[in-house]
Amino acid sequence: MGKKVALTGNEAAAHAIRQINPDVVAAFPITPSTPIPQNVAQFIADGEMDTELVTVESEHSAMSACVGAAAAGGRVMTATSANGYALMWEILYIASGSRLPIVMAVAARALSAPLNIHGDHSDIMGGRDTGWIQLIAENSQETYDNLIQAIKIAENKDVMTPALGAFDGFNISHAIEIWELEDDNKVKEFVGEYTPLYPLLNTKEPVTHGAWAPPDWYFEHKMNQLEGLLNAKDVVVKVGKEFGSAFGREYGLYEAYKMDDAEYVIVAMGSVCGTTKDVVDSLRENGVKAGLLKIRLFRPFPYKELADALSSAKAVAVLDRVSPAGAQGGALFTEIRSALYDANSRPPVINYTYGLGGRDTQPQHINSVYDKLKTIAETGKVDKQFDCLNLRGTWG
Amino acid sequence: MSEKLLNWDEVLIGGAIKDPGNSKSYETGSWRVERPVWNPESCIQCMFCWVYCPDSSILVDENGKMSGIDYDHCKGCGICVEQCPTKPKSLAMLLEADAKGKSEEDLRKEVFSK
Repeated sequence: MGKKVALTGNEAAAHAIRQINPDVVAAFPITPSTPIPQNVAQFIADGEMDTELVTVESEHSAMSACVGAAAAGGRVMTATSANGYALMWEILYIASGSRLPIVMAVAARALSAPLNIHGDHSDIMGGRDTGWIQLIAENSQETYDNLIQAIKIAENKDVMTPALGAFDGFNISHAIEIWELEDDNKVKEFVGEYTPLYPLLNTKEPVTHGAWAPPDWYFEHKMNQLEGLLNAKDVVVKVGKEFGSAFGREYGLYEAYKMDDAEYVIVAMGSVCGTTKDVVDSLRENGVKAGLLKIRLFRPFPYKELADALSSAKAVAVLDRVSPAGAQGGALFTEIRSALYDANSRPPVINYTYGLGGRDTQPQHINSVYDKLKTIAETGKVDKQFDCLNLRGTWG
Repeated sequence: MSEKLLNWDEVLIGGAIKDPGNSKSYETGSWRVERPVWNPESCIQCMFCWVYCPDSSILVDENGKMSGIDYDHCKGCGICVEQCPTKPKSLAMLLEADAKGKSEEDLRKEVFSK
């Protein structure tokens, strides 16, 4: 049986890594994910796990060491945030292109400049096209659960693609919550043993990794890689169900919170969903048909399923914890809006950027979004497609 | 190119290669702009060209002697010519366009009889 613990999101990630007990963890400290490798080092020192911890000199080296260890045939994990994730960039593509099922915990954080160490989604949204599976958690429990499931998803033979389990820096990484820590052996049994496809250390069957693919080969390899990433969608559902039978918490591609008849819908991901659920609850008490569509799997993006989930919506607001950076809207907005283009209902969709660099998002801000959605549904008019939540001054 | 070009759903996962050494089947000689031409008459068999060739394209016979150039893989970098210690040199670069359709014997005569 699991036990209730009161620990931070970082500790949740570290305990998942301890129980998975991978062959190698190569990591470099960066706020707010530093306590993850710190805790892993402590667990190793205390004899609670026997992972080889490689303390490298940068995140570029951390991901490079992960790639090497995974190509050798090991089960490999790491953790990072923000600028560290950005420094891994080049190697993130090498990990996914080489089909190495590395699993990484990302305490999502703003990118400099100006210098800011607090939570937002600039890192993971910037890296959304690196070919990694992206699972996003709402709280510490999901942070822990997602990392355990990520191992099984990434290592599935139809997938063989690296996966990251993201959770909001500080909002989750440093907040103490009560969550369920499962039994060590039960987790080990759930993730099982890893059998690599083409391990470099198998000298009986020599293999080359990282070979050159000229113009007459590269394209085919990239599409072969894409198929693996797309296969992850069904595997996420399958593993989410298996997790549910093993531990009592079932997961899918997304969470539909009071969505059955929802007319005013917020689409969001991460810790803001907790706040939004509270607001939905109080609106429902007043007879307002509010709902939340919480994104769990961002890559591969389950666009058809999400469009179906929005079929009852009369107006939709997408919350992005990232700047649109010159696009029509934030990363999630453009995906959702594109997914709804083929929908029969095709409701109006607006976009808010919120929470940049750790800016607080409170129930009053979420309430203002639902007020806006009601007005849009009633008047049929969208006066502002993009706006900001809790920004000083009027945008646009 | 002698290898079979595979479709996207036929290639090995992650670009892995299970038959090491298959770079031999990729004929990099097609990249060449200039080719080295060898003069066996002035060659002293010092094997400097063999040592320095970055593409293992100096052919060696069963007696361990330099016996020619592997034009299927030689990229025409010219390092062998740079390293050749004989005076005059026993290797010289020639534009690939000027070599077209000519036998190796004819090329040797053309380059080294000047």
